[in-house]
Amino acid sequence: MELLVAIIIGSLTAVGTYLMLRMRTFPVIVGLSLLAYAVNFFLFASGRLMLNSPPLLYVEGPHTDALPQALTLTAIVIAFGMTAVAVIMALTAYLNGGTDKLDMENEAPEVTPEERGQ
Amino acid sequence: MSLALIAALPFLGALLPGLMLRAGRNACATATGAVTLLALLGLLSHLPAVLRGEVVQARFEWLPMLGLNANFFLDGLGFMFAGLILGIGLLIIIYARFYLYKSDPMDQFYTYLLLFQGAMVGIVLSDNILLLLIFWELTSLSSFLLIGYWKHLPEGRQGARMALTVTGMGGLALIGGMLILGNIAGSYDLTVILENREAIQQSDLYVPALLLILLGAFTKSAQFPFHFWLPHAMAAPTPVSAYLHSATMVKAGLFLMARLWPVLSGTDLWFYLVAGAGLITMTLGAVIALFKDDLKGLLAFSTVSHLGLITMLLGMGTEIAAVVAVFHIINHATFKAALFMTAGIVDHEAKTRDIKRLGGLRFLMPVTFVIGTIAAFSMAGLPPFNGFLSKEMMLHEAAHTSTLFMVMATIAATFSVAYSLRFVFHVFFGPKRDDYPAKPHDPGFGMWAAPALLVVLVVLIGLFPKTMVGSLVATVSKAVTQTDELPYYSLALWHGVNAALIMSIIAVATGAVLLLLHKGLDRAWIAAPRPEAKEIFDALIGAITRFFSWFTDLLHDGAMSRYLAIFTAACVVIVAGAFFSADYLQGTRPMLPITNASIIGFVLIMVPTIALAFLHRNRYLSLVLMGVVGLILSVGFAYLSAPDLALTQLSVEVVTVILLLLALYFLPKETPKESSPARRTRDAVIGAGAGLGIGALMYALLRREPDNIGWYFLENSYTGGGGNNVVNVILVDFRGFDTFGEIIVLGIAGISIFAMVAALMRSAGGKRLREMAKDQVKIGDRHPLMMVVATRAVLPIAIVVGAFIFLRGHSEPGGGFIAGLVVAVAVLMQYMASGLEWAQARQRVAYHGMIAVGILTAAATGIASWFFGYPFLKSTFGYVTIPPLSKFELASAMAFDVGVFLTVLGAVMLALAELSRMGVAADPDQPVNTDPMDIVTDGGAIRSATKDS
Repeated sequence: MELLVAIIIGSLTAVGTYLMLRMRTFPVIVGLSLLAYAVNFFLFASGRLMLNSPPLLYVEGPHTDALPQALTLTAIVIAFGMTAVAVIMALTAYLNGGTDKLDMENEAPEVTPEERGQ
Repeated sequence: MSLALIAALPFLGALLPGLMLRAGRNACATATGAVTLLALLGLLSHLPAVLRGEVVQARFEWLPMLGLNANFFLDGLGFMFAGLILGIGLLIIIYARFYLYKSDPMDQFYTYLLLFQGAMVGIVLSDNILLLLIFWELTSLSSFLLIGYWKHLPEGRQGARMALTVTGMGGLALIGGMLILGNIAGSYDLTVILENREAIQQSDLYVPALLLILLGAFTKSAQFPFHFWLPHAMAAPTPVSAYLHSATMVKAGLFLMARLWPVLSGTDLWFYLVAGAGLITMTLGAVIALFKDDLKGLLAFSTVSHLGLITMLLGMGTEIAAVVAVFHIINHATFKAALFMTAGIVDHEAKTRDIKRLGGLRFLMPVTFVIGTIAAFSMAGLPPFNGFLSKEMMLHEAAHTSTLFMVMATIAATFSVAYSLRFVFHVFFGPKRDDYPAKPHDPGFGMWAAPALLVVLVVLIGLFPKTMVGSLVATVSKAVTQTDELPYYSLALWHGVNAALIMSIIAVATGAVLLLLHKGLDRAWIAAPRPEAKEIFDALIGAITRFFSWFTDLLHDGAMSRYLAIFTAACVVIVAGAFFSADYLQGTRPMLPITNASIIGFVLIMVPTIALAFLHRNRYLSLVLMGVVGLILSVGFAYLSAPDLALTQLSVEVVTVILLLLALYFLPKETPKESSPARRTRDAVIGAGAGLGIGALMYALLRREPDNIGWYFLENSYTGGGGNNVVNVILVDFRGFDTFGEIIVLGIAGISIFAMVAALMRSAGGKRLREMAKDQVKIGDRHPLMMVVATRAVLPIAIVVGAFIFLRGHSEPGGGFIAGLVVAVAVLMQYMASGLEWAQARQRVAYHGMIAVGILTAAATGIASWFFGYPFLKSTFGYVTIPPLSKFELASAMAFDVGVFLTVLGAVMLALAELSRMGVAADPDQPVNTDPMDIVTDGGAIRSATKDS
């Protein structure tokens, strides 16, 4: 089981990284979500894997470690917030720039001394 | 009054001007003045102790591990400087009240001034040198604000920037020097450092420490070759020039040299560097001052010259020279501040400070004339004013040092006489003119009161030096030299005919002749080629800026995927290197058996994950695949004993997919194939490396036995937090502070989305958005009847489920996070079924308000425990029975959970509602529905709900 979990997390990381290296915003957001899955699952699994032993005290023990679960719970919600901000940033860039390409194609526009405030 | 309070008062008082301005400009100035007066009185309460030679102390531990403590001490030197800073500060505040124009924002001015004052007082009272450095930097920053106070003037902005660059650079050097010094002495307390003269001067690091410290002191006190920033800082309003550039900030460098005099002075290096720089600065400044037509420019170079004079005296390294330096610091502060204020009055009334456009003002401005003349004569070193006394003593010391010093000092004194007399004769004497830019006349009492008081001091110190400042000079000099017995000196007007008197007479006579020849000399000066400091400075800064722009562009070419690739590849390589260079020990924890269920789950996650890498160009499809991964992941959480995570992941998945669907409405639906096979291979290799690394790390971790604090929460959850669901108890109780921070982050995310969408609508993107609608495929049935009815029926059920999940959260899987998400999904359904307008019209509470209420509720729960004498967020609980319900638990953490619930609901809904708002804006011609669905039953007849617009 441990091996399966490690493979899943590794694959999520690999594909997430690959997608984050694409050149358009949408695959990058999908890649970011996959990476978030991987990180959250990793965080949770760092409490070690146990079957049928939820950290509920009215259930007969042993109980699994609850702390990574609590941390992961908020991490999942924060990951949503992060994705939402990334989505809006991607939309703003697309609508303002006319393209959803991630990389700037031209060199940075020359900033005149006046714009620098001199 | 505690020394710490004296230093803190101006900082605290800096809050006042902004508030008091609403009560009028007088109230604003009075409040500012009261703060300074209070601090001054506090300082004066220590006067008897200081005169007795005691050292007053105040010590607080701040960061003892770094050696940074809020230690203050007050001896004669600190007292004199603090007295100057607060005393002249008070006069400047009064003067500025009348100097500032109605259009100038007075509150800002006084706030900056108080910040500066606090920083200065901090420097002179600090015992800990790290603390001193902090205050030192603060003076650079606050003086930047003050010099650039008139933001509309380019000279002001440029002068402020130049001053900040030069003094800030010096400040950096000073940090290095002081740290070395503290290292040698083994303590960062000045009182300790001052006792380690031998250790410091014999150390190998003495030379670098001295050079760095002098760099800091010379830049601050405008010593050659760093003198050039001071004249450009004259673009500041005159009260600032009078305060910073005559009495206080530029003397900070002198203070530092005087403070460290006992440990640094006395070596050859010290003499050549300090006395040499002082001598050059003194002479150069005096010569340039004569040819400045700008009144403030003249005074600025005169200040440079006088600062050089004091530096030279400190550099001589003899105790008697140090006494003279101390005496001249007092004298210079009095007459120079008065002169700056006079220049300000002339500028204010005649609307020009160009000496060539002035003249004949003695009848038009008699009061100003008297004040200006006395102060200028003191600056020239004419008897019976105080400037004469200290100048005579200086000449005496110079004559006894070497011939070079004697000659140069006489030249400086000559030019000093010449420019001082020019200040008087070219401004106030001569024929009355009729071409002043304004009709000059004496200002009101408020404006000349402050310089008048200073001039009275100039005269009194000149006539009765021993009575006025005798004991002060003695106390301060003892503090500077750290000796109990000073060599013999006499503060008096008449010392008989000696070398100094003869030098003086030569200087006055030659100076007067120079003034008579001024016209011709001026022409020659203008014709002569001179290096222009500002041009050199600008060229230098320009070159540095160009180099680093080029360098930055080289690294940051705007390709984000490149940064990511480099970053990830570097991580993989470094970690792999670390892994293979050490031994690996296989873990011993037994593995769980692989069940059929787990194999199914494994396949269900792996297939869409791998498919994503190949099929991601079809964006809708990639969204579906991503959703599958998320769903199976939540099943996995449930399977692996994490019911709370399963619920959270499930509901977050729903919201995320809706969010991305909404985003896809605006974005292209396909990703074009544009990267080369080579590039894809490269990315695949990087991704595989990262995946392999993380997977291996996970496996290694899972095979090890845990050694952590997890058991603590399991054991104490029920007894300490009153809940059976340990995850929830950790969230709202044990680690409540973390959760509090996390919901704040979530709230910020929601609100920044709101702000970004608002900004987008106003920008060019908003226009593009409205044009986009033409290309969109429209669905025929916008608000399908089936969906409307179904979601309407589901809503109350969903809310009850939400309440249920929320209430049981403390004892069973659930809680604020999950409940918030579940309710958000239910409300979201209404938006999807009946449209944004319809739903928003029924939404009584704004979502940002909900976020705020949520965070405030959580905060209030935390604060409430203070009232019971417990720390923030300490929770309590009890069990109640309300018939007919069964016994249930009521914990104060539940109120906290309400805050979590509201914040989550608000943030999620805000993000999605804002995206829908963009959708509405994208298609303004779309009819707005006032009814829940597209058709209504109107008295049995069915018609379309929307009218064609």
